[in-house]
Formats: sequence, structure tokens, C-alpha cells
Amino acid sequence: MNMSPNTSQETILKVEDLKTYFPMRTGIFKAVDGVSFELKRGKTLCVVGESGSGKSVTARSILQIVDRPGRIEGGSILLTRADGSVTDLAKLDPRGKDIRSVRGKEIAMIFQEPMSSLSPVHRIGTQIGEALRIHFGIRGNEQRERVLELLRQVEIPRPETAIDRYTFEFSGGMRQRVMIAMALACNPQVLIADEPTTALDVTTQAEILDLIKKLQQSHGMAVLFITHDMGVVAEIADEVLVMYRGKVMERGPVEQIFHAPQDDYTRRLIGSVVKLEKKAEVRLTRAPIAAEAAPLLDVKNLSLTFPSGLKAVDDVSLVVRPGETLGIVGESGSGKTTMGRCLLRIYDPQAGAIDFRRPDGHTVDIRTADKAELKDIRREVRMIFQDPVGSLSPRKNVGQIIAEPLKLAGVKGRELEDRVSELMVQVGLEPAWRERYPHAFSGGQRQRIGIARAIAVKPRLIVADEATSALDVSLRSQMLDLMMKLQDELGLSYVFISHDMSVIRYMCDRVAVMYRGRIVETGDTDQVVNHPQHDYTRALLSAIPHPDPRERRIHKRFRYDPARTVSANG
Amino acid sequence: MTDITSLPPETGPSFNLSGKDIAVAGQWRLFWLKFKKHRIALASLVVIVFMYLVAAFADFIAPVDPNATNARFTYAPPQGLSLLLDGSFRPHVYQLKMTLNTESMRREFVADPTKPVSVGFFVKAPQPYYLLGLIPMQTKLFGLTNPQVGDSLYIFGADRLGRDIFSRVVHGAQISLSIGLVGVFMSLILGVTIGGISGFFGGWVDLAIQRFIELLRSIPTIPLWMGLAAAIPVGWPPLRTYFVITLIVSLIGWTSLAREVRGKFLSLRSEDFVIAARLDGMSEIGIIFNHLVPSFMSHIIATLTLAIPSMILAETALSFLGIGLQPPIISWGVLLQEAQNIRAVAQAPWLLFTPAAAIVISVLSLNFLGDGLRDAADPYESVS
Amino acid sequence: MLRYILKRLVFAIPTLFAVSIIAFIIIQLPPGDYLTTLMADWASQGGAVEAGTVAAMRERYGLDQPIYFQYYKWIWGILTAGDFGISFELGKPVTELIWNRLGFSLLLSLLTLCFVWAIAIPIGILSAVRQYSISDYTATFLAFFFLAVPDFLMALSAMYVMSAWFGQSVGGLFSPDYVDAGWSFGKLVDFARHVWLPVVVIGLGSLAALVRIMRANLLDELSKPYVTTARAKGMSELELLIRYPVRLALNPLISTLGWILPAVISGEIIVSVVMSLPTTGPLLLRALLAQDMYLAGSLILLISVLTIIGTLISDILLALTDPRIRFQ
Repeated sequence: MNMSPNTSQETILKVEDLKTYFPMRTGIFKAVDGVSFELKRGKTLCVVGESGSGKSVTARSILQIVDRPGRIEGGSILLTRADGSVTDLAKLDPRGKDIRSVRGKEIAMIFQEPMSSLSPVHRIGTQIGEALRIHFGIRGNEQRERVLELLRQVEIPRPETAIDRYTFEFSGGMRQRVMIAMALACNPQVLIADEPTTALDVTTQAEILDLIKKLQQSHGMAVLFITHDMGVVAEIADEVLVMYRGKVMERGPVEQIFHAPQDDYTRRLIGSVVKLEKKAEVRLTRAPIAAEAAPLLDVKNLSLTFPSGLKAVDDVSLVVRPGETLGIVGESGSGKTTMGRCLLRIYDPQAGAIDFRRPDGHTVDIRTADKAELKDIRREVRMIFQDPVGSLSPRKNVGQIIAEPLKLAGVKGRELEDRVSELMVQVGLEPAWRERYPHAFSGGQRQRIGIARAIAVKPRLIVADEATSALDVSLRSQMLDLMMKLQDELGLSYVFISHDMSVIRYMCDRVAVMYRGRIVETGDTDQVVNHPQHDYTRALLSAIPHPDPRERRIHKRFRYDPARTVSANG
Repeated sequence: MTDITSLPPETGPSFNLSGKDIAVAGQWRLFWLKFKKHRIALASLVVIVFMYLVAAFADFIAPVDPNATNARFTYAPPQGLSLLLDGSFRPHVYQLKMTLNTESMRREFVADPTKPVSVGFFVKAPQPYYLLGLIPMQTKLFGLTNPQVGDSLYIFGADRLGRDIFSRVVHGAQISLSIGLVGVFMSLILGVTIGGISGFFGGWVDLAIQRFIELLRSIPTIPLWMGLAAAIPVGWPPLRTYFVITLIVSLIGWTSLAREVRGKFLSLRSEDFVIAARLDGMSEIGIIFNHLVPSFMSHIIATLTLAIPSMILAETALSFLGIGLQPPIISWGVLLQEAQNIRAVAQAPWLLFTPAAAIVISVLSLNFLGDGLRDAADPYESVS
Repeated sequence: MLRYILKRLVFAIPTLFAVSIIAFIIIQLPPGDYLTTLMADWASQGGAVEAGTVAAMRERYGLDQPIYFQYYKWIWGILTAGDFGISFELGKPVTELIWNRLGFSLLLSLLTLCFVWAIAIPIGILSAVRQYSISDYTATFLAFFFLAVPDFLMALSAMYVMSAWFGQSVGGLFSPDYVDAGWSFGKLVDFARHVWLPVVVIGLGSLAALVRIMRANLLDELSKPYVTTARAKGMSELELLIRYPVRLALNPLISTLGWILPAVISGEIIVSVVMSLPTTGPLLLRALLAQDMYLAGSLILLISVLTIIGTLISDILLALTDPRIRFQ
């Protein structure tokens, strides 16, 4: 907070004491409560905060496009316009002509969900060209030429055909490029990017970040970048604004925020991010898992082809040793979730073997196990789901949810009650909450309920599918720590599926990298992270934003092209 | 990103309950809390309950036998019921005086203000009857306390044969409202069974059933109903005709229900909490009754409520055309047969508007009620 | 796109086949056949019928053959020669009786559809854009009200109002002078003066339903992120509304044609009976009451076929307006 703005640079937008409130039945919700900042030409300001911090509402307030019933209650948004005059955007009528002449022309915006933020029934050329028509009256062939030029700028291949296509014919990354082209149409002075890469894979994210940087330099734009990802902040920010519950916690140059944070909240936030940058401490001190121990799970040449013809799992082999955590990492569509579900026979793989060692030492192939055997095995192999909302029936209370597997295993009466209470304590929930329904719990608490259900019947192996991706970063390490604590207490093994390399590195002993249904590399986590052998792994690792502004690296990343192994542009 | 404590309040529980109560509120509690907020639906619920009660106690409420004729009072107009006479509580109507309009050669009735006829509550019925077909009774809710020749009580007017429209509408409610219930029940059985089979087995069974439903829905209902209803032999006993008509009417109703059930089945089957139950070792039957049925019960109730009005309307239309229920059965549709002739309506508009009001009020209330139930069917939308 | 249309056409064939079976079942459903009814009639009039005559008639109508053969004969006649059989009651070929009436039915249904769409869309838009305003509540209440009033009640009430308050007799599609006259400008004006009331009466129920759907669709679309995107471009609120959410909300509305059309045709039939319009309705009712089953069955078949063709057209329209369906 003690950072005084450097006034020598050219300020385009100056926001002071901005207040955006949502009147509710239950009272006024102060989504943005006294926020001030400045945007300077050619510079990037990152607004960072967890969900509900008001960062997105802040961005929308600037263009006066806050959803109803929200409205600006106070403060000023001073825009220095191209002709040198200054306008207070906060004073303009949200439906009026004046604010419209700013939107898209002087300040443009891109959004998180490129799919739903674009109309599915209009050609992309039409949608991009609209801003040109509205602000400059450019139509027809001239408009088409300009749009083609924009598509070239955002590096969309074959612009001549792409211009007449629809959004659903593009991949997520390409859609976001379309959004960017749309935003650039009128050469705005300011670009507001509201979590533009959150819905994208890391490799795609890296490319979009590159593109924004490049265009910012060539157009001399100021960029206001909203994100929850501290890694992204470290990679691109010049200045950072940390928000929490509608208020600014800290504001300063990126260097200061990461290396000399002044505020407690910032310190905690950075702390939880940095904590996930290395292996968990409890794992550093643990004795290594004996490599020669008989494997608990031995998957051989597993394959699953969906009726659509998609080879979701393609000749996958892997081993899980007792007490070990095996990470499966991959981007969306890599088949990691499908593979995890095959291990419990939620899907029926067509070929291969899933040999599981029972407590008495003999092995059973889960892929071909009969119904009774499968039922037994599913008590020993359990699952934790990604979505803490969808995985708990909203119609059962917590006691009933946790008791369900126990009841089906034949536990009854007093013993059942005691066991449920015991489990709740074990995962850090109050046993007194057992009468409550899932809707009364937060995301982190719900995930704990899911964990309690998984460990209720004393399993030996747990398949955790993106168990922490739905949680804010500060909750993430807590959840991982809980899982490791339980691992040590109960002698569990985990198959930990994630798209997030940092949680894999934090928790997993070994890691397998999946790409398009295949495992391209397996090895000790340290080995794979520090010395990746496969080009895809190298590309994946080098695209991950590193939460240290002193070590920006994604612009130097390695690009993987399965056809040519190395390429200039993936 | 789902830490509920940091979300704006509109996504949190939106009921006027303290956090602790809402935390332990189950499905039906939340359902009721959400439904209660829908004022019109709540009022409609009251109206509907009232109408079904009237239907059930029709014998008690109707002052006279709905089939009793009286040639003297052909097309007698509604007699206004006044509660006060000379400043004290003495419910009464005025005697009708008949004159002959020489111009139109029609009989016309005028209320004679000099001759009040006293009306009482809980009066003795002309004949003993069985309430709900069980309880022997001889009391009516209201009626003439001391009927003399020339006195009459037609609060909603009389028809061509001098029958009391009010009593007929009240009795008609029994058939018309129950056809909705019985029809919906039949639809429920058909819809849940077929929809369940479709959703559960999937594959070609599902495809075949879906094609069949699409086919049924693409045929205009009225000609189909007319064709089927016309095939009912005229000589059949009333009860059998009633059931066959109900069956015909529910023939279409089940399709929307089957679709609803199938859709829910399919979407729930891939929900994580259902997969979790399967992994817990629960049998498919167990999953259906422990997880699936509770999840779509509220939706089914809403859909069923919304299906009742269309059944009532279908019966009314068929009976009106003369190919549904036939006199002497009394239903609202049968009553409207009397109003088919526009000249009769011009002379005695109450023939049309009394049964019409009954139909419109019941259908309107059921639609509002169904709408409210549907909105409340998923109380978790606003909670989670 | 062409593949999509072809696929739809191929899908329509089994539907048409099934509809023909249903129509035939309806023909066959009444106990006995037309001859038993006829004999009963003659018997009640005191005349006896010779067994030989009956047998001859049975043979002529193919009534002594197995049921599938009768169906085959019936459908074959329709497909190859356009022969729908003979109306027993009127003693004429069905084709002679129905085409004119079918034409009026079609015309009336099309006019009603146009009316319904032209009115429902603006009201739906207004209701959604001014959500929770007086006009929204009024539209919502009226929509619920008209959904609760059956077509024939509406027709009766309209006729009552016209005759009691305006002293006009309502009925038919033409004044007596014009019924048998050839088409002329005068006849057209006369037609317009008669047709508006049935159109409004038939349409109100579907209109109410469509207003509700349009409102719900538009409310859905209004909260979609692409609306914010367009707003952020600097587009004016009105242009934005028309160009994006309304455009998208219309797509599901087109697909409702699949059930609006059967509803309108149903309403047309029953309203025509009440208002004695020269359409298929009164003819169908009369045929059904007289168990003139070839006539009734043919009418049900043709009405259903028209509906299926209408649904097909709505599918194709939907594909034209929605690229997501076209590219499936």
C-alpha cells in the first residue's frame, strides 16, 4: 500500500475509490469497496484474488457492464482519451451513447469463456467486424479486409476460410484468439482481460499470454489482466493489485508483491503458492518406497476405445507400489480421467490387464473380475471425485453419505455411528455436523466429506481424480496435506490424477505423463520434473508459469509438435 | 473456487431461515420453503384443495338432486342470494315471477322483491343420501328452509329442463376433476415404466421408444382422441365409458412424463454421486430407489400437476362434441353440451358461463400450482 | 445440410407408415363394420336384408378378407391411385368430399400460425426485457388465463359476445351470397371479415404458450456471456437485443412448430365444429358419429400427414437458422 504511483509514465486510466454494490434482499453486497489503481500505456496491471474477491466486478465496472442489480455507487474512473480530453466513466449513463463510444473503441475486453462469450450462430468474421461498423462505419469489403488482417495478427491459420466459420468449429485456444482479434479491431488504448486463460490448458495458455504480450507491445496498449493464478501474474505483470472481499489488500510492482509483500493476506497467498512449488516437507523426510516391492496395482497394455472411435486410453502400462503416490498428469483430452475410471471399471476397457494384489497376496485382474469379486475390490480401491458439488447427493445428510459404504459393507447400529464420527474427526470435520446437508458446507469441506467416504471402508488404494482443482489455491495445499496424513496413518496408495504439475510435484512419488491416451513418460517425480526425457513433457513443463517474476520463462518455452517433434509455433 | 463463504449472498441459501436450520433442512423442507415464496401458486393450492373438497362432498354441498327436473323453471335465471333482510341476518332469495314476452314469445322471469324466500344453512335434505357413498346423511349445506310451491333456489340458474345448474356443476366436478387425477395416475404408471425402461436400458430400446413417443406427439390430439372415443359403443355402462375415456385421454399425457423421467434418468446416471454409490457396492435397484427416485420425485410431481389440466380440458372437449361422456353422467363437458346451441346461450348465458368458469378456475389454478411446483422442484439450484 | 434434410426425409417415412397404421386401426376399431350398422338401420326401419346382398357388399368392400390384406388394399389404393375408399354414408368417393375442406383447414391453420407468431414474439420480448414490470405481469397472467380456456369455450364465448353485444351472427367463412360464388375481390374481403375471429380463437391458446416460451428463452439468452461481449463492443442496447439474444431465442421457438402445429390443427377442428366452418372438423365429427370409417380414417390420416410435413419443414427451418444443427 505504500507504493506511490510513478507519475512520470503516461497514465491512461485512473480509478479512484471505486465502489460497486449489489443491493440484495438481505442487504447490500459490496462487491467492490473503495478500489483505486492506475493503468499506464504499454504496462500490464494484474488484479489477483480468489473467487469472490470482486476482481471481475472491478473490471466490468470500468466499462459499466456490471450485471444487474450491481451498480457503481461511488468513486471515479478517469479515462484520458486519444484526443487528450479526460472523461469520468463512472459518471456516464450505462446505457448511454457516451459510454458506448468508449466500449470496444478505447477500452476493449476479453472474457474467460471464449465459447459462451461468442455467439454460436454468427460467423466469426461478422462478430469481429461489428466493432468496426459500430465505431467507424466500416462495412462490406473494406471491413472484410480489416478482419482478415486482424485474424492474421492473432495468428489464426488460413484466415480466408476461418473468417466464415462458426465458433464451435474452433478449439478453445483459437476461440480466445478470435476474442482477442475482436478486442483489437478498433485499436483500443486499454485491453481488459478477465481470466482469459483460465479455461485453457497450460500450453495453450502460454501461447495466448505470448500473443497478448506481443500485441500489447506493437499497439502500445495498457493491459488490465484479471487472474487467480499467481504464476501467470509473475510471468506477465508490471504491477499487481491484490484483492480480497472487494477491498485492495496490497498494490505494488510485481517484484515487491512476490519478494517483499507488505500485507498479511498477500503473504499468505504467496506462501500457499510458493509452498506448492516444491515437494511437501513430509515427503522429503520419508524413506523412499522400495522399488523392488511387489506392486499393488500392475496395469498392462490397457486400451479403451469409445463407440465414437476415440482411442481414449491407448496401450497404457503402469505400476503402483504399496504406500506410493503415483501422479498422472496430462492436459484436457489426454485420457487421464478415463484411464482412472477404468481402474475401477466405471468404464470397461477392451484390452489389457489391471492386476490388483489382494491382501492375501494373490492378484486379480480387475478388467475381467466377476461381479462379486469386483464388489470386494471396490472396497479396497476407492475414488475421490473432482467436483465436490456433484459427487455428494444433495438429498442426503453428511452422516448418511459417509455411512453409505459402511452400511453396504454390513456395519450397523452403534458401531456405524461411532465409525462415522471417527471418520469425520479424521478428515477434520465436526461430528456434530452429521445432520447437516452438503449445501451447508464450503467446497473444501465437501471435498473432506468425499475423502471420508473414500476411506470409510479401509481401502488400500485411492484413485483421486483432480481432487483439488475445484478449490482455491489456499485450500489446495491443506487438502493435499490431509491426504498425505491419511496416507501415512492408513498405509494408503494413491493414483493422483491432475492437470496441475505443482500439486503433482508437491505430493507424488512418481509421475506418469499422458498425452492423447498414451503414457509418454514415467519416472520419479524429481527426475521427470527436472530432467524430462520426452519432448511433450519438456513442452508441458516449460509452459507452466513460474510464480517468481525474477525468473520469467514461458516466453522461452519448448514447443512440442507430435508430427515434427520440434516446431517454432505449436 | 467453490468456497461458499466468499461468494456473494445471492448464491447462498436464500430462505428466511437461520443458517443452522437451513443446514439441516432436507429436500422436502427446502422444496416447501421455495414453493411458499411463490404466492400465486400457494393461493392456487388453496383453491385446488377447496375444489377437490367440493367434489368429494358434492352431495352435501349441492342443495338439490342434479337430475331433478322442474318444467316450471325452464331456463330460470340465477337468483341472487342475499344475506341480510331488514337489517338482520336472514339469508334469502326472491321468488321468481314468470311473464310471457309477447314479442319474442319467450318466458321471462323477474325476481319479486315482495316475496322473499328464506334460505338456511344445514337444512334437512329432501331425500336421505350417502356422503362419499358411505355415511348416511340427511343434511345439506344450504337450501330452502321451508319450500312451498312456486319457491325455487337456482343460485346459478336453471337449464332447459329446470335442473339446478349449481348442483350440476358441483356434481360435475366429481367426474371432471377426478378424470384428471385418474388420468394422471394412468399416465404416471405408463410414463414412469416406459420412460424408466427407456432411460435405464438405453441403446436400441431407448431409440425405439423415443421414436414411438415422437410419433405419438406428432399426431394432432383432437382427431386421434375423436377417432378413439367415437369407437366406444353407445350402449356401454357409464363407469366403463368413464374409464375408457380416461385411458384415451392419458394416452398422450404419458409421453411428456416418459420424456421427463428418461431425461432425468440419463442425466443422473452419469452424476458423480450415483457413480459413487455404485462404487460403494450398491445394487442397481438400490441406486434407483435410494438416489434416482428421490432426485426426480419433485420433478415428477410438478409434471403431473401440469398434466392434470390438459386431461380435464380433453374430457371437456370430447364430451362437448358428444363423443365423450354422455348424459346421464354429469361432467362439465356434458353440461356444456347444453350450451352448444348459440341461441340457447343467448337466452340463458349461465348455461355456458357457469361450467366455463368452473373449468377455467380449476385449470388456471392447476397451471399456477404446477408452475410453482416446477420452480421449486430443484431447491438446490439456489443453495449450492 | 443436404445430408441433414435427406436424413430427416428418410426418418419421416416410418413415421408416415406408423400414422397410416394408426388411422387404419381407428377405421377398424368400432365393433362390427359399417354393414352391421347399415343392417341395424334397415332393420329398425322395418326392412329385412337378404343374406346374399350383404355377402356381395362385404366382398365389394373387401370386408371378408384378413385385416392386413384390408390394410394393404386400402394403403395401396391411396398410394397408387389416390383412392381413399368410399364414404358409406354419403355414397361418394372420399376424395370428392375432402380436398376442398382440407384446403380450408390448411389455410386456416397457416393463418393462425402467422397470427400467433406475429403477436407472440413481440409480447414475449417485451415481457422478458421488462421482467417483473406491470406489462410483464399482465402478459403472464393473460397467457395463463388463455391457456386455461379451451378452444371451444373461447369459440362459444366469442360467438355469444358477437351476437349478444354486437348483434352479429357468427359462423362459416363466407356470407351466404358468396358461398358458391367464384373467387373475386368481394369474396376475399368477405372471407377476411369472417376468418379473423376463428383465427384469433384458435390462436389464443398457442399464443399464450408461445409468449411463455419466448419469454423464458429470451431470459435465458439475456444472461449469457456473449451479451456482455457485444455490449463491451459498444453496441447499442436495442441493436444488441435484436441481433443477439432475440436471434438466438428464436431458434428454440422454431422447433416448437413441431407441437404448435398439431395444437393449432386440433384447435381448428374443434373450433370449426362450434362455428360450423367448411373445414375438415365438422366432416370428421359427422363421419365419426356415423361410423363412416373410411371417411374418418382418411381425414385423420391426411391431417396427421400434413402435421408431419409441417414438422419436417420446421426441422429444416431450424437447420437453416442454426449452424450448430446444420453441422451435426
